[in-house]
Amino acid sequence: MDLNLDAPHSMGTTIIGVTYNGGVVLGADSRTSTGMYVANRASDKITQLTDNVYVCRSGSAADSQVVSDYVRYFLHQHTIQLGQPATVKVSANLIRMLAYNNKNMLQTGLIVGGWDKYEGGKIYGIPLGGTVVEQPFAIGGSGSSYLYGFFDQAWKENMTKEEAEQLVVKAVSLAIARDGASGGVVRTVIINSEGVTRNFYPGDKLQLWHEELEPQNSLLDILNAAGPEPMAI
Amino acid sequence: MLLILWGVLIQFTIPIDNGDALKNAEADSQRTLYPYVTGTSIVAIKYKDGVLMASDMGGSYGSTLRYKNIERVKAIGKHSLLGASGEISDFQEILRYLDELVLNDNMWDDGNSLGPKEVHNYLTRVMYNRRNKFNPLWNTLVLGGVKNGEIYLGMVSMIGVSFEDNHVATGFGNHLARPILRDEWRADLSFEDGVKLLEKCMRVLLYRDRSAINKLQIAKITEEGVTVSQPYSLKTFWEFQAFHNPTAGAQGSW
Repeated sequence: MDLNLDAPHSMGTTIIGVTYNGGVVLGADSRTSTGMYVANRASDKITQLTDNVYVCRSGSAADSQVVSDYVRYFLHQHTIQLGQPATVKVSANLIRMLAYNNKNMLQTGLIVGGWDKYEGGKIYGIPLGGTVVEQPFAIGGSGSSYLYGFFDQAWKENMTKEEAEQLVVKAVSLAIARDGASGGVVRTVIINSEGVTRNFYPGDKLQLWHEELEPQNSLLDILNAAGPEPMAI
Repeated sequence: MLLILWGVLIQFTIPIDNGDALKNAEADSQRTLYPYVTGTSIVAIKYKDGVLMASDMGGSYGSTLRYKNIERVKAIGKHSLLGASGEISDFQEILRYLDELVLNDNMWDDGNSLGPKEVHNYLTRVMYNRRNKFNPLWNTLVLGGVKNGEIYLGMVSMIGVSFEDNHVATGFGNHLARPILRDEWRADLSFEDGVKLLEKCMRVLLYRDRSAINKLQIAKITEEGVTVSQPYSLKTFWEFQAFHNPTAGAQGSW
């Protein structure tokens, strides 16, 4: 096998996790592809681990699902044993344990996000290899390549919940515009002390970007539309 | 339902029936083939009062400068500093091993504490044994420290090559920093001169190493203890006549 260190595996999907003043916002696209075919155009890549911790999945669908399933199982038992909700850090470390010890077999990048009473809203990025990095925001998946510059410019500390969600939706939408492996709808999950809110943004609710046109029902509607007003002198 | 004993769940390998390695190619999958998230050079020197170690805060993902807040130099026990380049997940695992080592050392409660030589020796054994199993920890480690007045600095590579020296560097630092250190290092360097020497090396690395970022930390260890500086950036110099119009003499050249 050729050691080409400059070309890591690219992964289908765009996933994002962002902290704000009081919690976290997780976001993802909804495209699952097998080669060039879109196997599922409305997948849910933001998966629940506990009441207060969710994970964004990217890479191999099977690998990310089995890792989430194991961690949900471990966390369930941990919660019973502990007598209170699991922390985001413990959740992230369990994911790390699986990702690191099975690094040769797994191809999945994950973003763990949630809220607990000790640390508030936290985001942990767990890329290929099983490194854990706590970050104020994290991006992942093949679509994230197009967002590094965007976040370098647009990210600010201490955003409000609304600002954070707007940022996430805008970012996923921009990535979908350029990444063939990302598409469909934008899903967001907001987690804070009050609980969890799931949101759904279909393509027509999103801003149009460069070279994108307003969707129409048919050409016929355009042709039949009233022409411009005649000039009057 | 069995409640899991957390002490046991330190490592979980997803159970798969792979058959036996002699008959089955896939069973040979327990080896690290290549790194994913990597740290670049570490540069370290002995100075008058102890050891100074510098690194940037970057974690590269192939050619992408993906993470810019990774601490690659950590205190180990009371007497040592460990810096790592290479795969960050393996470095994090090494820190876990060392946590356990230090914990067990403290549990003896006998007034003794692990010194840099002992930590270096432990790491050498770990790295070499992994190399023998064709499953290396993909790091080059730099271990520096002071105990009972004795200043120590050494490094271990991913294949278990281990040695001590007055100044060490990993990765690109081998090529770019070592020549500077060979020329300018002295045993009686003050803290200020030591920092300036390291910064000289780090600046060259910033100019010439594609995976370097301009955010670094310098850590110091002396008999008194460890301090890791806050992250900071170095000024760089671009105002050379030759830089202003490099192709004036030969159109089309670079």
